[in-house]
Amino acid sequence: MAKIKYIEFNGKEHEVDVPNGMSVMEGAVRSDIPGIDADCGGGMSCATCHVYINDDEWLKKLPEKEMGEDDMLDQAFEPKSNSRLSCQLIVSDDLDGLTVHMPEKQV
Amino acid sequence: MIKTDVVIIGAGPTGLFCAHQLGIIGLKCEIVDNLDKIGGQCIELYPDKPIYDIPAVPECTGEELTNNLIEQIKPFNFNFHLSDRVQQLKNENNKWLVKTLNGKEFETPNVVIAGGVGSFEPRKFPTKSAEKYDGKSVLYSIKDKTIFKDKSVVIFGGGDSALDWAIELSNSSKVTLVHRRDEFRGAPASVQKIKELSDNKTIDLITKYSIKDVKGNGSLESVEIKSETGESKVLKADYVLGFFGLIMQLGPIAEWGLNLDKKTIPVNTENFETNKKGIFAIGDICTYPGKLKLILSGFHEGALAARGCFKYARPDEKYRFEFTTASSTIKDRLGVKE
Repeated sequence: MAKIKYIEFNGKEHEVDVPNGMSVMEGAVRSDIPGIDADCGGGMSCATCHVYINDDEWLKKLPEKEMGEDDMLDQAFEPKSNSRLSCQLIVSDDLDGLTVHMPEKQV
Repeated sequence: MIKTDVVIIGAGPTGLFCAHQLGIIGLKCEIVDNLDKIGGQCIELYPDKPIYDIPAVPECTGEELTNNLIEQIKPFNFNFHLSDRVQQLKNENNKWLVKTLNGKEFETPNVVIAGGVGSFEPRKFPTKSAEKYDGKSVLYSIKDKTIFKDKSVVIFGGGDSALDWAIELSNSSKVTLVHRRDEFRGAPASVQKIKELSDNKTIDLITKYSIKDVKGNGSLESVEIKSETGESKVLKADYVLGFFGLIMQLGPIAEWGLNLDKKTIPVNTENFETNKKGIFAIGDICTYPGKLKLILSGFHEGALAARGCFKYARPDEKYRFEFTTASSTIKDRLGVKE
């Protein structure tokens, strides 16, 4: 279990407990947190669960991007070097306290 | 006005297999898709990527799957209406009047929405100022490449479209290619070619920059780009091209009075009908408890929706379940000679 903080583009914060094994994307979707669309359902086939990891320490600590994640991020709305697809971030105790920021929009 | 038993919106695998099922039970259908080719996400997003979870097919690509589905419905000679989009659905005397963007009209008792996550549209620049030039000097696809001759063209993107056009236009235009990172996702040979063109100064290659603003006075004059560390550059530009892939927009489907759950349409799992009589939703666009966004689930949904359509298309007939292995009627429909 990890406490994940989701911050919408407008600054609104949501903190939820996400069980281990679930993705950061799923944690948002099942709690109806706006700002993460996840059109493809978590298959790294769209770029609508795009988030920013603003904390450098966390960015380094997260598992590295798999092949293909950056290719999808090229097609996201305003990707940056701290962009991740939240469907690729699988929750474990190690992710407790992670904060992700949502972009202005997904599509 | 085309009269038919069913209009299918979406020519992806789910729409294609639903058409097959309609053909098997003796119904006619017309298939409309926004893309210029058949296959939906399979052909647009992953034509070359292998799929491993089609029952009894250990491995096939999106393109192979599409080709096989097209082959499978060939006996029925259904019409495809590609590069067109269903714009309006109106109910009149228990029939649906369906109008497309290109002005086609259908009259049908049934509409099957197999629209994936909506229609594909190019992702546009996030900059507001680019909207003013959209379709004129800010473009997301190329119809006539002669307009770029001897012009300054700034291309954004790192995939095949961006690389291919940068290579192609470098013969006759002053090309700058801008991409947000050092790696490109295009074909290795194209990436190699771009590096050569950049090394011999045929094109300008700028990485780790993205668009900030476009400027002009009536006509487009320049584009400003920014790096993440805050530097910016201004590039002269007669044309700005963006190739960031396609996004999926629900589009007009949202305006048809259907119940929506986020971007999906709730259906019953008996026949995949929506809250509107005669409108069915199958594949990625439908939702119900336990929904899986798998192609195989779409096939199942299409088979049941087809039987649901039968009721409205042939109100005076009783649907009779038959196996393709045993039914001579079905074999006739398939044109199988015994």
